[in-house]
Amino acid sequence: MAECGASGSGSSGDSLDKSITLPPDEIFRNLENAKRFAIDIGGSLTKLAYYSTVQHKVARVRSFESSGRDTEQDHEPPYEISVQEEVTARLHFVKFENTYIEACLDFIKDHLVNTETKVIQATGGGAYKFKDLIEEKLRLKVDKEDVMTCLIKGCNFVLRNIPHEAFAYQKDSDPEFRFQTNHPDIFPYLLVNIGSGVSIVKVETEDRFEWVGGSSIGGGTFWGLGALLTKTKKFDELLHLASKGQHTSVDMLVQDVYGGAHQTLGLSGDLIASSFGKSAAADKEFSKEDMAKSLLHMISNDIGQLACLYAKLHCLDRVYFGGFFIRGHPVTMRTITYSINFFSKGEVQALFLRHEGYLGAIGAFLKGAEQDNPNQYSWGENYAGSSGLMSSSPELCPTQRFDLLEMDRLERPLANLPLLLDPSSYVPDTVDLTDDALARKYWLTCFEEALDGVVKRAVASQPGSVDAAERAEKFRQKYWRKLQTLRHQPFAYGTLTVRSLLDTREHCLNEFNFPDPYSKVKQKENGVALKCFPRVIRCLDALGWEERQLALVKGLLAGNVFDWGAKAVSDVLESDPQFGFEEAKSKLQDNSGIDVILGVFPFVRELLSRGTEVILACNSGPALNDVTYCESLIVAERIAAMDPVVHSALKEERLLLMQTGSSSPCLDLSRLDKGLAVLVRERGADLVVIEGMGRAVHTNYYAALRCESLKLAVIKNSWLAERLGGRLFSVIFKYEVPAE
Amino acid sequence: MGAGRLGVPMERHGRAADTYASAGEPAPEGPDGRRRELLRRRASSASEPPVGSSASASAEGIRRNRPGSYSGAPSASRQRVESLRKKRQLFPWFGLDIGGTLVKLVYFEPKDITAEEEEEEVESLKSIRKYLTSNVAYGSTGIRDVHLELKDLTLCGRKGNLHFIRFPTHDMPAFIQMGRDKNFSSLHTVFCATGGGAYKFEQDFLTIGDLQLCKLDELDCLIKGILYIDSVGFNGRSQCYYFENPADAEKCQKLPFDLKNPYPLLLVNIGSGVSILAVYSKDNYKRVTGTSLGGGTFFGLCCLLTGCSTFEEALEMASRGDSTKVDKLVRDIYGGDYERFGLPGWAVASSFGNMISKEKREAVSKEDLARATLITITNNIGSIARMCALNEGYFGAVGALLELLKIP
Repeated sequence: MAECGASGSGSSGDSLDKSITLPPDEIFRNLENAKRFAIDIGGSLTKLAYYSTVQHKVARVRSFESSGRDTEQDHEPPYEISVQEEVTARLHFVKFENTYIEACLDFIKDHLVNTETKVIQATGGGAYKFKDLIEEKLRLKVDKEDVMTCLIKGCNFVLRNIPHEAFAYQKDSDPEFRFQTNHPDIFPYLLVNIGSGVSIVKVETEDRFEWVGGSSIGGGTFWGLGALLTKTKKFDELLHLASKGQHTSVDMLVQDVYGGAHQTLGLSGDLIASSFGKSAAADKEFSKEDMAKSLLHMISNDIGQLACLYAKLHCLDRVYFGGFFIRGHPVTMRTITYSINFFSKGEVQALFLRHEGYLGAIGAFLKGAEQDNPNQYSWGENYAGSSGLMSSSPELCPTQRFDLLEMDRLERPLANLPLLLDPSSYVPDTVDLTDDALARKYWLTCFEEALDGVVKRAVASQPGSVDAAERAEKFRQKYWRKLQTLRHQPFAYGTLTVRSLLDTREHCLNEFNFPDPYSKVKQKENGVALKCFPRVIRCLDALGWEERQLALVKGLLAGNVFDWGAKAVSDVLESDPQFGFEEAKSKLQDNSGIDVILGVFPFVRELLSRGTEVILACNSGPALNDVTYCESLIVAERIAAMDPVVHSALKEERLLLMQTGSSSPCLDLSRLDKGLAVLVRERGADLVVIEGMGRAVHTNYYAALRCESLKLAVIKNSWLAERLGGRLFSVIFKYEVPAE
Repeated sequence: MGAGRLGVPMERHGRAADTYASAGEPAPEGPDGRRRELLRRRASSASEPPVGSSASASAEGIRRNRPGSYSGAPSASRQRVESLRKKRQLFPWFGLDIGGTLVKLVYFEPKDITAEEEEEEVESLKSIRKYLTSNVAYGSTGIRDVHLELKDLTLCGRKGNLHFIRFPTHDMPAFIQMGRDKNFSSLHTVFCATGGGAYKFEQDFLTIGDLQLCKLDELDCLIKGILYIDSVGFNGRSQCYYFENPADAEKCQKLPFDLKNPYPLLLVNIGSGVSILAVYSKDNYKRVTGTSLGGGTFFGLCCLLTGCSTFEEALEMASRGDSTKVDKLVRDIYGGDYERFGLPGWAVASSFGNMISKEKREAVSKEDLARATLITITNNIGSIARMCALNEGYFGAVGALLELLKIP
């Protein structure tokens, strides 16, 4: 923890908290490489954005030079692995209270090594107020950007790049957040920004938006009128008052007008007939709480009504709400949602954004980075470096004063699998752990228990490194904290799923430079499996057609058994020698090699033999012991050298190796490598085979495709097996033909 | 939500007739038909000659005031009475609208009473007439809006003046008590009432005042009332008017508006809350929406913010205040117009938005606050009404035309 801004500069702003300490490792990360700054200063919060580069260690695989090597020798690995430094781009966003602004600017000044940057994009109401301070501290010229343009640019960016960005708020569900599947086409939508007033903007394309209307009754009205009525000065305190109040003592309800008759008339007596209608009595006293509540209802209802009217007029059913009135406040999300449901009779949905507070900063940043054309890239939320939703909410975490968002620039753009039946309703994940408390408890515990093993594996994967143990320990702490956060706030990063838990772990491992803990294991396994390949092929070819098909499928599934942490598998293998897959057991001890080389390739080869063109897609980046695209290239090359079928198919491009764009044991078919998506369309793929528990059970189990599909996996988890109504090691073999 | 009908049909005439009949009214035909007749005639009574001469008709009417006059054997006279009864109700003629905040009472004062009639007029009826017409204030809160009085009206064959009286709904118990004290029930008049209070106070009217209310759908009444009032004009002038150049204090003027071909129209009824109706013809309408930010909100907030005690006081304060001290304007944020969105600098960006600052809170007057409250509520109603009109399609065609003109 470095002390920051503690040295009093005497005359500087009186409201600044001089004693704050900034933990630099955690907050302004990668500042040394930072360039391109943008800042959004609102009424109470400042959001700082910068672009930086991150150096990662990556495990690269490379074929040995084939000259003069006898690869058939037993002790030789099939390829070499080298750990290299890779530089990737990352966007950092930091949100903090305005009182820390000077301390933060000092900190940035002290740590900013790169001085190429000359300009800082600024937006928000406070950009004017703090212009001189920023220019003085950072010696950067402040370029002011239009607030609404920034907001919309930011909104488009998060909707496009962050899965589960938008959510609906449901009062009676636990948790109250319902995350939305990202719509493949984010336009058109209505953005209702509730700042001091209300702006209603119709967004039609990336660059086309129109201010369609607004209202002067907004957050400023709640705050200003609330301050007059209750003598309470702070916005948050007013909201707190409102959350404790009863509006019925202040508002005139339908039952106050109709008496008891509202029931016989079928009217809801609780509806507000006249806001503050009961306060028209000079001699009556009302509690602060009740008045604040009535005011909140009045304003939320009014905004909701106008939003519905505008949505209806412009035929839009997606309405996103933002602005400080909403910002992370469950009270306002609840009242706005109620109002929208009431006035639209359910036809319009009120949606909120996880990163709503960052929209302006993101937009301002994008404005400044236009020459780099950041929108040509796909980006991904880095779970390791991002605080979750509500992290800075005072009720949930009183000590957390900084909120972070980090976005990694992906090397390749992503796109939908063109074969999805309905991209807008596609949900990758099979079980929503946000929703399913039992499953959530099970999986969180499961990941906690597996953590020791992962740490060990990480350390073991870098035997030459002096600080591996230390880094692994940091990884453990970080991931443990994430798991604890998710226990209490399962909604923190969108819908909680097995996939998100796995991805978070990968992000945390990468964070501490454990890019591919399984690379050596995979290398060894692949070497062994390659040696078995010719024999396996010979055996298969000796079988009749029908038997061969069965054997191929068994092979696919057998490889799948030997997966990460599948302790159950080794237990069974130890105790029951009769347990199938004899070949696997007798020859090999772990996965990857079997899976891809002895399971997938023979299957692919069979398809090729019967004249089917095959696209074989593997992960772009490492995840557990899954084969990566780079590894698959080498493996294919080695197999081609042994097998004429694969050889000619590769040569004639009847077998194409592609990358999925994913670095996860699971697969989101709405975020696939664009090259793969294009190829699938061009080649007119008519069968999709998805293999493995991560890709075919944790995700895509219910995925509906426009073509035939085959999902196969072995259930290696007894809890999940029971859940699905089967037993441990039951086989999922799901062949689906789309309905005509 | 406005205090009006909330999208659910209220009790219709049929049901009102049932309840009325069960109260033992001896008329062979329920009041339903009678009232319908009365309402049907409301617009044309001036030109349509009444059955029989005005004088004789009223004489019959007066006679019917006396209980027991029906008791004779069936006769030609009785039949005539019956036929006239269908046309006209007994005096006194009242219409009552019991809203959330205010009770509106309309009283028709016959001015064509003959000496004979006067002589036969029961004492209680006379006293009501005298009390209502000779005062402009009743008790501490009842007010007769003298400036609204419609003079020399011919209503259902009778000439007279229409008086408009209001008092706060919370004084309703006192009003019912007065009805009991003055023995209203002996008059056997029909108390037609609308508004939510017609339901809320129905039982009190019956048990305390021995009065059976004839409850009427308030939106039906609203539309009928508007069309009627417009048809009779305002003492020779038009009832309907609009403001030309409303944004320009110097050029702004109030001009009459011709309601000759009114449909379709959007009716925004601002009571304690606001109801917005789309009216397609005199008996085809629907409630579009409503808002809880209405007159009650203006008055209620003014009471809390300024300590005023009457609506008039609140309005009067508002007329003297300056809302720009209270509200945050576009120019307060952007220094001028916000050109990106075509917003003029003088537009209100945030109602009460300046009140988040302690200094500014200390610098505003009660009048400023009342004014800001008024502006907030009226702007909002205007905004919602406009959106409803657009969504209902009245201005849609205009919008389409404007789009066309945008295309180069």
